[in-house]
Amino acid sequence: MSDALESFVRKTCAELGHDRTRMMDVVRAVQTQFGCVSNAAMNLIARELKTHRVEVESVVSFYAFFSQRQKGKVIIRVCDDVIDRMAGAELVAKAFSEELGIGFGQTSADGKFSLEWTPCIGMCDQAPAALINDVVVTELTGDRAREIVRELRNHMDPRKLVRRHGDGNNGHELVNAMVNNNIRKRGPVIFSPTNRGEAIRKALAMSPAEVIRAVKTARLRGRGGAGFPCGMKWEFTRAAPGDRKFVLCNADEGEPGTFKDRVILTELPDRVFAGMTIAGYAIGAQTGILYLRGEYAYLRAFLEDTLAKRRADGLLGKNVCGKPGFDFDIRIQMGAGAYVCGEETALISSCEGQRGDPKNRPPFPAQKGYLGCPTVVNNVETLCCVTKILEEGPATFCEYGTQGSSGTKLLSISGDCTRPGVYEVPFGLTVTEMLKMAGGEDAIAVQMGGASGQMVPPKDFGRKICYDDLATGGSVMIFGPGRDLLKVASRFLEFFIEESCGTCTPCRAGNVLLKERLDRIIAGKGEPTDLPYLEELGETIKATSRCGLGQTSPNPVLTTLKNFRPLYEALVKERPVGLRPEFDLQAAVSAAEAIVGRKSVHVET
Amino acid sequence: MSQEVTFTIDGIEVKAAPGQTILEAAEKAKIYIPRLCHQRDLAPFGSCRICTVLVNGRPQAACTQPAAAGMVVENDCEKVRRYRKNLIEMLFVEGNHFCMFCEKSGKCELQALAYRYGITAPKYPYMWPKRDVDASHKDVFIDRNRCVLCGRCVRASRDLDGKNVFQFVERGERRRVAVNAEARLSDTDASVTDKAVEMCPVGAILKKRVGYNVPVGQRPYDHKPIGSEIENGQSAESKR
Repeated sequence: MSDALESFVRKTCAELGHDRTRMMDVVRAVQTQFGCVSNAAMNLIARELKTHRVEVESVVSFYAFFSQRQKGKVIIRVCDDVIDRMAGAELVAKAFSEELGIGFGQTSADGKFSLEWTPCIGMCDQAPAALINDVVVTELTGDRAREIVRELRNHMDPRKLVRRHGDGNNGHELVNAMVNNNIRKRGPVIFSPTNRGEAIRKALAMSPAEVIRAVKTARLRGRGGAGFPCGMKWEFTRAAPGDRKFVLCNADEGEPGTFKDRVILTELPDRVFAGMTIAGYAIGAQTGILYLRGEYAYLRAFLEDTLAKRRADGLLGKNVCGKPGFDFDIRIQMGAGAYVCGEETALISSCEGQRGDPKNRPPFPAQKGYLGCPTVVNNVETLCCVTKILEEGPATFCEYGTQGSSGTKLLSISGDCTRPGVYEVPFGLTVTEMLKMAGGEDAIAVQMGGASGQMVPPKDFGRKICYDDLATGGSVMIFGPGRDLLKVASRFLEFFIEESCGTCTPCRAGNVLLKERLDRIIAGKGEPTDLPYLEELGETIKATSRCGLGQTSPNPVLTTLKNFRPLYEALVKERPVGLRPEFDLQAAVSAAEAIVGRKSVHVET
Repeated sequence: MSQEVTFTIDGIEVKAAPGQTILEAAEKAKIYIPRLCHQRDLAPFGSCRICTVLVNGRPQAACTQPAAAGMVVENDCEKVRRYRKNLIEMLFVEGNHFCMFCEKSGKCELQALAYRYGITAPKYPYMWPKRDVDASHKDVFIDRNRCVLCGRCVRASRDLDGKNVFQFVERGERRRVAVNAEARLSDTDASVTDKAVEMCPVGAILKKRVGYNVPVGQRPYDHKPIGSEIENGQSAESKR
C-alpha cells in the first residue's frame, strides 16, 4: 500500500511538473485513489512538491472533499440546504442512515460507505438530492434512498444508479446524469440561437480596446452578484503592467439556491469558453482557467471534451482563428467543497494550490491576481453575455433590461412554487411577476440572492429585480405559508459558520455568536434586549469582515429582523430581574446527578 | 517617485509616503490605531480587524489600506470604538483566556487592548472551546487556548526565520495554528530564538522558564496603556 502510495504521488507530481501551485490536483488525485490523504501521503506530497508538510495539511484540512481519515469507497453526501430540507432531505437522510447502519460523519466498519451532509449542491429545483461520489441523484425519497443503498451493496458503482437521463446534454455520454435542466423560460441573450465561433471571429477583427469598448457600451455588469462593470474590470487588467495575464471563470456556483451556471455549463459551454477567449484577447492573456466546483465534477469530462474540440477547430491554441500572435488556452481547475472559493480572491488562492483563504485587497486581482499577475475573474453567465454582445453588438444587448441593468438575468427559482427551474428574464421584473411566472403566488417571503441575500416580505413584492433595487446573483428561494422564517435564517447562519475560512475575527466568531442568540430566541428563551443585540452584532460583522462572506453573512438575521420583526417580538419576553432564561438548571446539575447517583431537588420556576 | 500624500485622521492632517498604509502613516504622526495581528517587520495580514477605521465613511482595515490623498479617516469615533470593543470581546469568548493565571498578563496585547477599551467582562457568552496544549519542545510551549489566530507566528517563521514552522489548518471556528510535523512542536526545527516565538501577542507561544522573570506589577501594560508608546513618539521596537 505504501509503495503504491509513493509511486502514485511521485507519478502525479511528476505529471504536473512538481509544481507547488498544482497542489489541489495532487491532493484531489490522492483522495480519489486512496480514499484519504494520510499522514504518509502529506509527507510524500510535501517532498515531491518541495514544500512543507504543514502547507499540505493546510490545504487538505481546508476543503470538505479532502480527508485525512479513511473514507468509504462510496461517499454519500446528502444536500442539507434549506430547500432540500423543505423537500424532505431529513427523511432521506434517516433512510440512508438506517439502511447503512451508520450515522452522519461516519464510515461503515467494512470501509464501503461514508455518510455526510453537504451544503447546497445546486439541485434545489429537483430536491432532495445527494452526491454519491461524483454522481448526482435527485428527487430522492426515503424508499429510493434505501433502494440505492441495497443496489450499491451489490455493485458498488454509483454510475450504475443513473437509469434515466435528464434532458439536453445531461444525456450526453460524457455527462451521463439524471439531472434535469428545467429551463422554464428562454430569453434573448443566454438561451438564444448562436453560431459557434462567430463572436470570437468578430472580436478578433477588432482591436482589444474596441472589444473592451463594446462590453462597456453594453453596460455589462458582473452576474455573480456584486455587479461590477465588466468592461471596467477588463480595462484595469489590460492596463496593469505584466507580461502574463489570466482569465479566470468562476464556476464555483455555491450560493445556496443557485443552479443556473450548472445549466449553462451543461448546455452552452462553448459560449462560456468563447467569452473567456474574448476576455483573453481583450486583456492580453494567454491562459484561462475555469474553476469548477467539486460538486459539478460530473460535468468535467464533458467540458474537457468541449475544450478538446475547440482546440481541434482552431478556437483555442496557437493563433486562435488564424489570428497571428493570439495564443489562448483554457484549463479546468477542480474545487473541492468550499463555498468561500466563490469569492474571487479565495478562488485565486485555490487555483494557486493553497487553502481558499481570501486575499487582502488592495491589490485587486486586476493588478495582482493569479500567481501575482493581472487577472480577470468573471462569472459563467457574465462570459456568456460577452459572447452575445460580440455576436450581436452592444446596442441589441441594451435593448433588454433597464438603464442601470442592461441585458437579461438567469434566475434559479426553487422552494414553494409549482415550476422551479431556470428562467431567463429581462432585468426590471418585479417579484410579483416572478412569483406568477414560477407558480409561487402564495409566498410569505422570498429569499433573494441566496443565503447572503435578503428576505423580502410581501409588501415589497412590487420591487424590481435589478442591480439598483433587488440585486441577485440568481438565487431565488420561495417560502410559502407555514414556513418558519427564523429557522431558515438559523440554517443560513449554520451554513456560513461551516463555510467561513476563519481568517478574520468577526466572521469566525461573530457568526457563531449570532446563531447562538437567534437559536435562543427560537427556543423561546429570548428577551427584548436580544433584538438590538443581534442588530449590533450583525452590523459589526458586516462592517469589519475581511471579505464578502462575512460582509453578507448576517443578512439572514438582519433582513428578517427588519422585514419580519413581529416574528421575533412574538418569541421574546421580559423576564423578572436577575433571571437568566437561557440557564437550564436541570442540564447544569445533570453531570453531578450522574456522579452521586440521585436526582437533585429544586423548585421549578 | 510619486509625491507624498496628505489626508486626515480625526481631523488631524497626516502625511504618507507613497504606498504607506493608513496605519503606518498614523504611527509616524503619533496617532495610535489599535491592532493585534499587525506587527512591524511582518507583511500586513488584516485578520483581527481591530484596526478597522472609517475611510470616507466606509470601514477599512488600516493595516492593509494604502493611504490616499484627501482621504477622511475616522479612528476615534463612537462607531469605530464600538466595533473594536465588539471584536476584542469576540476574541475573549472564542478562546479560553484566564488572565489571572496567564504568565503573559501585563504584557499581553489582547489584555492591554481590553484595558484600553475599558472592557471588564465580555457581553458575549463564552464558547469554552476544547483546544490543545503542546509542551513537547524543550524551550517553547504552545497553549492554543490563548491563541487569537493573528498569524504573526506563521508569517514570522516563514518570512523572518525562513522555517515555516507554523501554518493555519482547518477552517471556520475549527481553524487553528498547526506545526510543521505530524503532531508536536518538538518534531520541528523551531528554536527559542525564533522571531515567531518572540512575536506572539498573547500567551499562546511562550518561552519556558522565563515567564516570571519580570514580576507582575512591573510589566509594560501594568503602567501604561497599549499604544501610548506610539502616542508619545517612542518606537515600538525600544519597548520590546
